[in-house]
Amino acid sequence: MITFKNVSKRYPNGYVALNNINLSINVGEMVFLTGHSGAGKSTLLKSITAIERPTSGTITISGQNIAQLKSSAIPFLRRKIGIVFQDHKLLFDRSVFDNILLPLQISNFDTQTAASRVRAALDKVGLLKKEKVMPITLSGGERQRLCIARAIVHRPAILIADEPTGNLDIAYARDIMKMFTSFNQVGVTVIISTHDASLLENTQHHILSLAQGSLLA
Amino acid sequence: MIRVWLAQHWFVFVATFKRLFATPITSLLSVIIMGVALSVPVSIYVLVENLQAIANERNSPQMSIFLRNDAKQDDIDRIRQDLEQYPQIIGLEFVTKDVALQQLLEKSELPDIAINLPRNPLPDAFVITLNENTLENLKQLQEDLKGKPEIKYVQFDSAWIERFSALLELGHSIILMITMISSIAIIAVMFNTIRLQIATKHDEIEISKLIGATDSFIRRPFLYFGALQGLAAGAIAWLIVLLLIHLINEQLILFLRFYEMEFVLESLSTENGLSLLFFSSWLGWLGARLSVSNHLWRIEPQ
Repeated sequence: MITFKNVSKRYPNGYVALNNINLSINVGEMVFLTGHSGAGKSTLLKSITAIERPTSGTITISGQNIAQLKSSAIPFLRRKIGIVFQDHKLLFDRSVFDNILLPLQISNFDTQTAASRVRAALDKVGLLKKEKVMPITLSGGERQRLCIARAIVHRPAILIADEPTGNLDIAYARDIMKMFTSFNQVGVTVIISTHDASLLENTQHHILSLAQGSLLA
Repeated sequence: MIRVWLAQHWFVFVATFKRLFATPITSLLSVIIMGVALSVPVSIYVLVENLQAIANERNSPQMSIFLRNDAKQDDIDRIRQDLEQYPQIIGLEFVTKDVALQQLLEKSELPDIAINLPRNPLPDAFVITLNENTLENLKQLQEDLKGKPEIKYVQFDSAWIERFSALLELGHSIILMITMISSIAIIAVMFNTIRLQIATKHDEIEISKLIGATDSFIRRPFLYFGALQGLAAGAIAWLIVLLLIHLINEQLILFLRFYEMEFVLESLSTENGLSLLFFSSWLGWLGARLSVSNHLWRIEPQ
């Protein structure tokens, strides 16, 4: 359960990215976050993983107040969450396999368990045959899937994706969306931000709309 | 749990090794710089140690113990037994007053005066040789012996020992100062090496932080790198000293042949060598630690 209570974020230059946000997302829910660029979608997602700290208000994840988390506790919060980054944030100095291994190394998995988990994650995103390949040789869609595999490999309870279909053609985008739906079906709470209205046409999922830092009803 | 922890550290260790050999020239150069810096104080240390050993060997201090003029044979025997109990006394020679007078007459340019003396003014004496050469201990022994009723006076030539002790002290403070200077150089080299590495690993650090890496996880490879480079620098310093002593010994043997003497310098003992490796690893680790804590906090994910 993720709740925002009177959350505001004002940057030092006076720009208000989030304005008195109140929301709650249940465990196992799939939620879309929409709005124009600059509406505050990224800031909202970043405040869930404590990349951004709100200026006021409280954010709780399963009862824990994220807004007042000590910085030494932040790594352990982030291990419960998988993040699919808008710019992928892949490491180009190592193979596909080693990119996905990183979260497991960070969480102190033993080598054998880690290897089988990496392959399972690669299988889920359809990159199993590319484990030895360097990411630089992958296409845009493949890089996106690699980023997704890295986000789910440690089996997080919450999956956050910032514009995951941003630069992909529509067929590819639908593929990626199906993937997220399947993660949601096995119980993962999924939060996806997008400005692509076509993805939301037939969805029965909860949609949160942001405009100028405020949540629209 | 421990097995996983060990496996993690082993993994980082292996990765660090690979990183060292990924840029062999750069790694080698900074290791050589640090090793040379460290070899200077170590070489001086080895030379001073040798100097001290030579001095100990060639110049065992002597003390003259003059007995009271009225000392009887019983007193002399008792003193002799007493002196034999001291472990630091390695040589004991008894000089009777007659012998002493004889020696004086032989050396003196005015034998007539002595001949005309009504009686022998000289006391019986012991001349002892010691394996102890710290000034403090010698003075202690002198005081100790003076306290005995049969002994009138104890004399030793402290001037030479004082001078030599001062020289050794000077040597040791020079070593200390140069060690500090070299240590600063090593820390600075390490600091810069790690700073450059952090710059090239910016993305990896940022991503690791984003997916839940603790600071110690991020620090670990840099600290290993520092310690390993420090260790290598220590090994190079050791090698330099071995080589130096070897070359000096070759020359020394040729030189001393003219004097029909044979003598070689001792190199760094294994024990001291291991201390050197430990110290240099620690220095490398310290430089890396300072650099990491100085630069890592700047990389915060946006």
